Amino acid sequence: MKQKNRPGAVTWILLFLAVCMLVYGAVSGQAEAVFTKAVKICMECIGLG
Amino acid sequence: MVKHLRKIIQIVWGVLTNIHIKGFFQGKIYTGPLKRFCVPGMNCYSCPGAIGACPIGALSSALTARNRKFPFYVLGFMITVGVLVGRFICGWLCVFGLLEELLYKIPTPKLHIPEKIDRPLRYLKYLVLVVLVIGLPLFYRDDYGSGLPFFCEFLCPVGTLEGGVPLVLLNDVLRPALGWLFRWKFLILILCVLSSVFIYRPFCKYLCPLGAFYALFQRVSVVKLKVDAAACVNCGACGKACGMNVDPHKTPNSTECIRCGECTKVCPKGALSFTAAGRELSPKKRKEPVKHENKAD
Repeated sequence: MKQKNRPGAVTWILLFLAVCMLVYGAVSGQAEAVFTKAVKICMECIGLG
Repeated sequence: MVKHLRKIIQIVWGVLTNIHIKGFFQGKIYTGPLKRFCVPGMNCYSCPGAIGACPIGALSSALTARNRKFPFYVLGFMITVGVLVGRFICGWLCVFGLLEELLYKIPTPKLHIPEKIDRPLRYLKYLVLVVLVIGLPLFYRDDYGSGLPFFCEFLCPVGTLEGGVPLVLLNDVLRPALGWLFRWKFLILILCVLSSVFIYRPFCKYLCPLGAFYALFQRVSVVKLKVDAAACVNCGACGKACGMNVDPHKTPNSTECIRCGECTKVCPKGALSFTAAGRELSPKKRKEPVKHENKAD
């Protein structure tokens, strides 16, 4: 059984793109949008509609 | 101590990410700056103790916003976690997963789902991810142009357990608002709790959209489970110890593996180990097997 354990190029490219997305999202104000939503009680999440 | 390392980490992580103790007494949620950050596991941000945001809740919220944009921040976070560790999060850093595991420890006869039923049911979580978390919130719009977070609103038992139940118990203002939706979600929670006594991690196996998302990266993640083919004697001990019904010596990086590491403990030849970027993380090989319970039965 041949198994590849060392991550290939796909892994590193995906990781790079994901970190870029995360940083871009954070600097473009999306972290603030998450904050704004998360500091209010989410009526949908708790089942009050 | 090391034997229970995973349980200790699960509990410590659960406490640390829900450490706003004051909230449980006041019936209010944490509103501090840490709520900008997502936690990697399912953890409702309406839990009075939660100090971070739930990634599925944050993604749903981004997709249902009236002035929505591509959710770079949340998706970037989720893909980063998935590519780094895959479903390791499910096994080590999910509070709801911990609860399910503890419930499964209740000594009752356990239910073995036949493979022909179990296998198709495993795809349900991908359907939940694609339809309830992404599809419907993306395309459904009400008269005011807002969407609905279908998964959070109609299915998620984590929100009911961590947010709904404590807030309704502690907050007089919320109690009159209880209606059919709360009863529906409470029923789902009860079903999840009861089934967890008889089936190992049923929500994680069949319904969790976050587990489904991380599973997409399982085969390319930096952290992997490695089988030393030369050392493996095909005894099947790893498969019997796996609560997720994976055969680690055949498919070590199966999308169903939550990387709990139980298989590495029971392998009599030490043929299974975790690697990060190709480097071994697990302790050196043992000769004698460790006694274990068969979780799959």
